Amino acid sequence: MLKYFRGLAAPMRFYHWCARLAPWLGACTALLLALGWWGGLVLAPADYQQGDGFRIIYVHVPSAWMSLFVYVIMAGAGGVALIWRIKIAEVLMAASAPIGAWFTFLALATGSIWGKPMWGTYWVWDARLTSELILLFLYLGVIALLAANEDRRRASRAAAVLALVGVVNIPIIHYSVQWWSTLHQGPSVGTFGAPSIHPSMLVPLLVTALAFKLYYLTVLLLRARCEIVLRERNSAWVRDLISR
Amino acid sequence: MTAPAPGSAFFGMLQRDLRIAFRSPVEVLNPLLFFVIVVTLFRLGTGPGEHGVAALAPGVLWVAALLSTLLGLDALFRADFEDGSLEQILLSPAPLPLLVAAKVLAHWLIAGLPLLVLAPLLAGALGLGGESLPVLLLSLALGGPVLSLVGAIGVALTVGLRRGGTIVALLVLPLYVPVLVFGAQAVSAAGAGLPAAGALYMLSALLVLALVLSPLATAAALRISLG
Repeated sequence: MLKYFRGLAAPMRFYHWCARLAPWLGACTALLLALGWWGGLVLAPADYQQGDGFRIIYVHVPSAWMSLFVYVIMAGAGGVALIWRIKIAEVLMAASAPIGAWFTFLALATGSIWGKPMWGTYWVWDARLTSELILLFLYLGVIALLAANEDRRRASRAAAVLALVGVVNIPIIHYSVQWWSTLHQGPSVGTFGAPSIHPSMLVPLLVTALAFKLYYLTVLLLRARCEIVLRERNSAWVRDLISR
Repeated sequence: MTAPAPGSAFFGMLQRDLRIAFRSPVEVLNPLLFFVIVVTLFRLGTGPGEHGVAALAPGVLWVAALLSTLLGLDALFRADFEDGSLEQILLSPAPLPLLVAAKVLAHWLIAGLPLLVLAPLLAGALGLGGESLPVLLLSLALGGPVLSLVGAIGVALTVGLRRGGTIVALLVLPLYVPVLVFGAQAVSAAGAGLPAAGALYMLSALLVLALVLSPLATAAALRISLG
């Protein structure tokens, strides 16, 4: 078992493994997304206060969850890359950064579209909005550092250090920004106690969240493939692959 | 080769950096001038009236301090990198995080400590009340080293790059958010007659955290950049 996974860490094996897995993951993503959005946009009742406007949460909330999730994965992969010098971990870290940045952007954009009719403004300097914006800046920093160095291995090791520093900082940034009085509603889905959202709205949300996770995995594997080919372009198997 | 005692390595590095800095005083003065000019420009940008300027003053002073620290940080490793002495520092048998801490301390003594002298003058010019001055100085004394320590990580990550300068700002400025929030909050609270102790405690906590973790991260970053 362990030997199998260790073999998988070789770039060539991983490259082919991605190719086999990605279509299945993609199909599952599409299915779950269709299911979740059908449940959320058609089956779930309109909110008594927000009307149909609340339905944007089926994009907004999963994106916001993913924006943090991807950062943690990215930093975790970065830590693995720094400690054990596993090439695939570097690749996964580098491939995660743009996906996470887009999730963050999507959360901000859908949030501000929702905010105009509900709060009467596209943007407020509220704690959650501001810390999400700073998270976007952190992602952009990682991407800029990755792009600045021509040596891709060195670039991703440097970006891994930055991602780890960021992971220590994210909670501090979040709580420091909360010093302002806050306009954003509290979280409706908590770990403790019953969620303050009706199951007919909650279940589609959770399904969409799962779909977003699978989407991330799918795109991650596809991006990792590109990254591997770019990094290994001087190796025999890639030349073989291209000339075939 | 036997390793020097940690203390003598630390103070040796500190002494070396301070001596180099004082041999070219103009470079030491540049970030300080920058601090004064940013505050002046901000005051000019808000128009000739006095209305509301004092309320903005803590934020302006803190942002100016943050930018001038960033400006001075570029010199932290660059000269040593260009003449090759940074590689010698990396090869030294003394622990690298300790040497890095000495360099950062030297940077703060040169670029951060003088801000404490300038800040009361500029605070007075911006109409900040005398009762918030002690808190302003205390917050700069606690938060300034954090700025240097966190910035050092960013500089170390970009030291080998040709276009490093602009990227450092992008990497480091988002990480400065907590210091800015708590620093400006402390000064504003003191100005409004509220207790500032909470924000100052948070700044102290940030300082302790940065003191412990930043030299390690900076050392790791240097090893990657020069690897």
